[in-house]
Amino acid sequence: MQFFLEVLIGGLLAGVMYSLVALGFVLIYKASGVFNFAQGAMVFFAALTFVGLQEKFGLPFGVTLALSLAAMVVLGVLTERIVLRPLVNQPQITLFMATIGLTFFIEGLAQLIWGTEVRRLDLGIQDEPIEALMERFNILVSRFDVAAALVAGVLVAVLAVFFNKTRIGRALRAVADDHQAAMAVGIPLKQIWAIVWSVAGFVALVAGLLWGARNGVQFALTFVALKALPVLILGGFESILGAIVGGLIIGASEKLAEVYLGPMIGGGIEGWFAYIMALLFLLVRPEGLFGEKHIDRV
Amino acid sequence: MSEPASHEHNPGRRIGGTLLSVDNISLAFGGVKALTDISFDVREHEIRAIIGPNGAGKSSMLNCINGVYTPQQGRIRFDGQEFQRMDPHKAASMGIARTFQNIALFKGMSVLDNIMTGRMLKMRTNLFLQALYVGPNRREELEHRRHVEHIIDFLQIESVRKTPVGRLPYGVQKRVELGRALAAEPRLLLLDEPMAGMNIEEKQDMCRFVLDVNDEFGTTIVLIEHDMGVVMDISDRVVVLDYGKKIGDGTPGEVRANKAVIDAYLGVAH
Amino acid sequence: MLYREAGQFRTSYEADQQIFPIRQDRIAFALLMAVAVVGVPLFASDYWLTAILIPFLVFALASLGLNILTGYAGQLSLGTAAFMAVGAFAAYNFQLRVPGIPILVSFLLGGASAALVGVAFGLPSLRIKGFYLAVATLAAQFFVPWLLVKVGWFSNYSASGVITAQKIEILGFVFDSPVRRYLLVLAIVALLALAAKNLVRSRIGRAWMAVRDMDVAAEVIGIRIMRTKLIAFAVSSFYCGVAGALYAFAYLGSVEPDAFNLDLSFRILFMVIIGGVGSILGSFLGAAFITLLPILLEVLLHGGAGLLGLNLSPGTPSMMQLVVFGGLIIFFLIVEPHGLARLWQIAKEKLRLWPFPY
Ligand SMILES: Nc1ncnc2c1ncn2[C@@H]1O[C@H](COP(=O)(O)OP(=O)(O)OP(=O)(O)O)[C@@H](O)[C@H]1O
Ligand SMILES: [Mg+2]
Repeated sequence: MQFFLEVLIGGLLAGVMYSLVALGFVLIYKASGVFNFAQGAMVFFAALTFVGLQEKFGLPFGVTLALSLAAMVVLGVLTERIVLRPLVNQPQITLFMATIGLTFFIEGLAQLIWGTEVRRLDLGIQDEPIEALMERFNILVSRFDVAAALVAGVLVAVLAVFFNKTRIGRALRAVADDHQAAMAVGIPLKQIWAIVWSVAGFVALVAGLLWGARNGVQFALTFVALKALPVLILGGFESILGAIVGGLIIGASEKLAEVYLGPMIGGGIEGWFAYIMALLFLLVRPEGLFGEKHIDRV
Repeated sequence: MSEPASHEHNPGRRIGGTLLSVDNISLAFGGVKALTDISFDVREHEIRAIIGPNGAGKSSMLNCINGVYTPQQGRIRFDGQEFQRMDPHKAASMGIARTFQNIALFKGMSVLDNIMTGRMLKMRTNLFLQALYVGPNRREELEHRRHVEHIIDFLQIESVRKTPVGRLPYGVQKRVELGRALAAEPRLLLLDEPMAGMNIEEKQDMCRFVLDVNDEFGTTIVLIEHDMGVVMDISDRVVVLDYGKKIGDGTPGEVRANKAVIDAYLGVAH
Repeated sequence: MLYREAGQFRTSYEADQQIFPIRQDRIAFALLMAVAVVGVPLFASDYWLTAILIPFLVFALASLGLNILTGYAGQLSLGTAAFMAVGAFAAYNFQLRVPGIPILVSFLLGGASAALVGVAFGLPSLRIKGFYLAVATLAAQFFVPWLLVKVGWFSNYSASGVITAQKIEILGFVFDSPVRRYLLVLAIVALLALAAKNLVRSRIGRAWMAVRDMDVAAEVIGIRIMRTKLIAFAVSSFYCGVAGALYAFAYLGSVEPDAFNLDLSFRILFMVIIGGVGSILGSFLGAAFITLLPILLEVLLHGGAGLLGLNLSPGTPSMMQLVVFGGLIIFFLIVEPHGLARLWQIAKEKLRLWPFPY
């Protein structure tokens, strides 16, 4: 039982990280209808830029963070300008393919600038069990995972406030609900999109730092980030709550499957388990846990 | 609109028995009641218009008839068979074809191919023969091509037959969509605002096509139209919807004299 | 004045429905085929055959498969390589386990196996659209290679799942030299390309495009959407499966499941996008482009670095490749979403007017 709990908690905490990546997808999708396949590449880019800057200039943490954030904002704004604006009104599948191209571009660019070797990223939080929990309940829970979950929680809270309480946030939600109407009441769509891409860049940076600190900053990060896709299928593409719950479900069930199912069928199943789960889920509930059913208008 | 000939000029035309009847149809989207307890019938060979203000539920009505929407209540009877719910494939195979309010052509395909898709249900050869493109498949393609070329001639769109429809002007696209529906040789043709957004000349052409189809092939037509002149000229009977309810039904003359209709519709919109 | 269709009146619909209604196109195509069948075997070096032409043809076939699914039927797939893997491993196993089975039959059965797997993974697509499907096909992409590694039977219990393709022998004739293998691949690809062209200009092709362009209207016409999509999955995966078999048997010789990775799937997707979404010709142009580009890039980079006296770090060329591929995809989607095939068509139209501009 203790072991089960450990695995479950570990899985949930890992799931938080999936949620974080998925959140970036949802933000952009809601605001601009673009399914941004490059979100994972942005996570990678952010992490690599952070460690790269740190190694090269040895500046204080805060400064490096600010510089990385600036880089992400520039990346986001340029993406909006150069890639998405000319493709406005194109079919969704075209936009999606464009973001696949963007993925390659960003991944290549990041490594051209910073090199291809695996980097360690130290945030000063140790990846070791929390003693109190160990002594009291005899459960191993990583301090790092808990810290990461806290950070993610704070981020989500900040975003919620941003969306619900600020003027820009309200404009964003208006855009998400109805582009045409938002334009009609004079919301500057293009500015909004640039902001959304910057926010998504910020989320990517947070996710990148946490993932990078956990697993090292390396190309394999992009595969981890891809797992946000099954998360989205579970949670629905348009729901922030969905992204979070979906991430937790995927994280937990993946770990449980790896531990209990893995040994039976040969291990290494975390590469595909999330996808197959999403696939089966699609058969039952194609609109996702929190998505709504639409009837196409004709 | 005065130009298109009304039916008085075609004494040979015979209105037959009931081809389609919708009984007590109700349809809601969430809280929005698009249709409430609608009943009417359509007789063989007639031109039946559905009118009403924006959002009255006209398009939704057509969508129920050919199974794109599923009404929560009511029945649809077509050609003696009764359905709780129609599905689009069944409707098509029973001879119901339609056009859409917002053109629903296959944008990446040529005019010819678009109209050829209308013959889909009449084609039989299997996948293997299609891959080889020999014998029966080649003959079938040719035979249907010939039929489609007749439609292209009829609609006077010969010069654009190889053009992708996405590049054609709006009025021509509307014609192509009519062509695609005609290619199925339907018994019942549902037209959702076939003349919307057209200039006078284009409207006259379209009216002529609709009347010709009705005359020459005896096709029964249900037509949604906002232009009162057109409706009065070409339809045999008119159903009036408002806020999802039926508020009038009869010949153009009767409807024009109907108090409820004048209040709800004519008085407001025109 | 060479390229003129004036005076060539197509007097029957039959003539109009040919693949190449214009005479000059027919001649050009015949010449091209003559070069491919006679010229190449006479003059191409083994390097060209094994490192460029054979993979080009194999990739063209896979692109054809993906183009049927994505370009014609509008269903985006990121799992092409998985279906190729199924084709390769199935063909290997048929050869291994069915005594005396002709190799071509094995290839066909490899394609058929891939078709089955494709349909299985396509099933969820019946209720979903667009990028949802992309995720579903990712499931195939990650699951299939894993399964092939984990279940030793598929590779006859070799280490890490590597298979070594059996020799290709047809009616006693052994395809052991690069030229022979090239000619075999050419023949198979040409036949399947012809079949694909026939399919897309027949009823099923129109049904695919109708579903792609406007599914509600397609349904109203009487097209069965689910069946049409599933057929697209089956046919597409069949092509990818045969391509996978050729990849193993005629190109690499021995191959492991992990060679059929996400990268390969993307590469084939890029061929389709750059070559031309929804174009048979485009599949070939895209395959040629993406096969040649890395080689060209390598030459340019090393040449450039040599000239400038720079020292390239070992990762640079492959990173450059990512950047260039990504950039090109974006460029094409923005500037010419119908890819090289459309550019070719525009060039022909210009040529038709030449030397008079109007
Ligand atoms: N797919 C749908 N989902 C949700 N609501 C819908 C849908 N289709 C129609 N409605 C609603 O049903 C009502 C009737 O719409 P419908 O399109 O049938 O009207 P209409 O009479 O055709 O109007 P118009 O003249 O503008 O075409 C409207 O309130 C509309 O918003
Ligand atoms: Mg309407």
